[in-house]
Amino acid sequence: MKTKVLAIDDSRTIRNLLAAALEEAGFEYHCAVDGRDGVDMYGDVAPDVVITDINMPNLDGFGVIEELRGTDINSKVPILVLTTESAPELKARARAAGATGWITKPFDDQSLIFALKRVTGAAA
Amino acid sequence: MSGSIQDTFFEECEDLLEAMDEGLTAIEGGEHDQEVVNAIFRAVHSIKGGAGAFGLDELVGFAHKFETVFDELRSGKLEFDAALIQLLLRSSDHLADLVATARDGGTTDEAHHDVLIEALAKYIPEEEEDLTFEPMGLGGAMAPMPLIEDTTERAYEIRFQPLKDMYGTGNEPFFLFQALSELGELSVRLNESELPGFDAFDADESYLAWDLTLVSNEPRSAIEAVFEFVEGLCELTIESEADEAEDTDALAALNAAFGTDPDASGDAAPAAPFEEPAPAPEAVVSAPVEEKASPPKAETAKAGPKPTLRVDLERVDRLINAVGELIINHSMLAQQIANLDAGDVREVETELEGFKNLARDIQEGVMSIRAQPVKPLFQRMARIVREASSATGKTAKLVTEGEATEVDKTVIERLSDPLTHILRNAVDHGIEKPEDRAAAGKSNAGEIRLTASHRSGSVCIEIRDDGAGVNRPRVKQIAIDKGLIPENAELTDNEIDNLLFLPGFSTAKEISNLSGRGVGMDVVKNAVTGLGGRINISSTPGKGSTFTIILPLTLAVMDGMVVSVADQTMVVPITSIVETMRGSDEMINNLGADGTLLSIRGNFVPICDVADALGLRQHYDQPPGVYLLVETETGQRSALAVDDIYDQRQVVIKSLDGVCGNIPGVAAATILGDGKIAMILDPESILAASPSAAGFDTDRRISNAIAS
Repeated sequence: MKTKVLAIDDSRTIRNLLAAALEEAGFEYHCAVDGRDGVDMYGDVAPDVVITDINMPNLDGFGVIEELRGTDINSKVPILVLTTESAPELKARARAAGATGWITKPFDDQSLIFALKRVTGAAA
Repeated sequence: MSGSIQDTFFEECEDLLEAMDEGLTAIEGGEHDQEVVNAIFRAVHSIKGGAGAFGLDELVGFAHKFETVFDELRSGKLEFDAALIQLLLRSSDHLADLVATARDGGTTDEAHHDVLIEALAKYIPEEEEDLTFEPMGLGGAMAPMPLIEDTTERAYEIRFQPLKDMYGTGNEPFFLFQALSELGELSVRLNESELPGFDAFDADESYLAWDLTLVSNEPRSAIEAVFEFVEGLCELTIESEADEAEDTDALAALNAAFGTDPDASGDAAPAAPFEEPAPAPEAVVSAPVEEKASPPKAETAKAGPKPTLRVDLERVDRLINAVGELIINHSMLAQQIANLDAGDVREVETELEGFKNLARDIQEGVMSIRAQPVKPLFQRMARIVREASSATGKTAKLVTEGEATEVDKTVIERLSDPLTHILRNAVDHGIEKPEDRAAAGKSNAGEIRLTASHRSGSVCIEIRDDGAGVNRPRVKQIAIDKGLIPENAELTDNEIDNLLFLPGFSTAKEISNLSGRGVGMDVVKNAVTGLGGRINISSTPGKGSTFTIILPLTLAVMDGMVVSVADQTMVVPITSIVETMRGSDEMINNLGADGTLLSIRGNFVPICDVADALGLRQHYDQPPGVYLLVETETGQRSALAVDDIYDQRQVVIKSLDGVCGNIPGVAAATILGDGKIAMILDPESILAASPSAAGFDTDRRISNAIAS
């Protein structure tokens, strides 16, 4: 069975890039167009790993992490934060909310897969 | 990178730039809402993110500065003021230019770029400047496996002791070890020495540690990269014979980078939570990852809040063509049924009527796919006015209305140039300088109102400025000087205003660097008539001018009146017909040698015989039976004389471009129900070509003057 990735990003370009890289690498790719959409889809998709943007309308990335990790959903799956900011405080904030790791935009396919491997063990 | 992904990036940029413009316009209008600021921030941020993926460095750099200023604004560290808003507007224009340059090639104004960067930088505090997204220092995600470093094989001794905080983040030691095992030969030993007795066990604590030996020719940065996500969440030491000395420094730097001091939290007593998926101690990690059992899930990609579908325009156009054929097909069927010698066909005709209604529904539905709101077009125009104002030293503001009005995509695309030209003209020639406005008792800032509305089957675009209006004596003098009209021409005010549309007319005393680029309003007129539309100007001295553009809703189908002209079937666009009437002898009045006037309710309008104008008949013996009263854009009425009216129906417009050259009087062609081709007439140009109506038609008179 393929590893299922739920990608949450409001940018169509980033979603396309993720889809291309992940499908190429053999992941099963699902996407949501903003934070609220992502949290809503979580139950249906039941992903093995979540990749989320930070700056999004209708619930930002921190909100996504908090809701997924919150008592209602109580998700244990790895959550990778996708953001152009690699500033330490943003990472610290994401981590405090329960993020597993991060991917810095712009990303190349290799670093994306490498990040996924470190949190899911899966290369695909 | 796939080209198509880059294409969608640029498509998305258009949307984002639009959202940004919209937000900035709201801010300019005094709406400093937090959500507006957030929306702009996100738009710029997304452009930056996408641009970064495609290595568009200049775009990234500028977007970053722009975005940072918005970050300051949304965090409340910076307040809007007039100067800042102007800077943001100019920056958004520049950002759009950078996107266009990245997409289409070419260069942007470097000096302008630098000026803006510098101006934006003034709003960014020094320390925020560092908040860039340069690749992270040690083992950052950007450089997971640098290959240039020392590649001799060596044994790394790694001690990894998670702090309890790590388990809340979803990081699993097992996966980390698996990633490590790909770097070389790894052996893992569980160190449970700190595991307390059962009584002292705290399930929430982390007690376990691992000692790992990795024999690898990868540099230590590759190993650090593996542990990137758990930095600060574990105690980690990496030692090797070769770089022992560097160890402490690197780790210190790591901890400094994350603001975490392992010593500070190091007193947490290590222990293992129950759910810890402990790998078999002493085992070389190579086991395949177990798949998690997951419930069957819904299909991929659930749609967003407002589902949309992006479709190739070509597909829509194919559909439109097919619908056009369907309508033609319907007419043919109707014709053939009518020709049948089959007794009672009423029921068939009822069904046929249903067919017709359905065809029209489909056609309207397909047309609405191509229809787009004029909003993006209008938003771009705000920039034109802005630039024109600053180039001329005037103050002008664009106010838009009816932005939701939907118009065919092609019409919108081809309206951009004429609108740009009219707006530049309005600022350049219409709006007065601030001091002149003050002297005239007007507010300093000129206002240009751009309005779109639907008007009985057409779209009306109006550009109204509150400037000085057309300087009629000067316009007339210029036209005389240029030989466009005879010196003794008697023209109404409206006719003088419309002189502006004549080829070769330019009122600018000297060619200004803005609108006077040798392109006159005649180009605007040609563009509009090319779309099957009309343009008119009206003006009140001292109060301003109004340009009115009337356009058909669609370029594919129109309502036409099918008429007979010299035994040929032709179509006249319904939109240009004001009234139809059957003529009688007493209504005809001769004027001069070959001029005739039609008397309608006490008014006289010139008659133009269509057959004559098209050269189908030299002169007629009997007056044609039917007159179509048409109104030209100048408000001049004429009567088009045709032999008979057959029908009023929807016809599919078939362009003659590329089939034959421009035929005066003919706009396009269509296919009728009997399969025959009929010409669609252009009343305006028929009148211009008609000698009989010439004596009364200014346009005609003017074009004669040019021709001679």
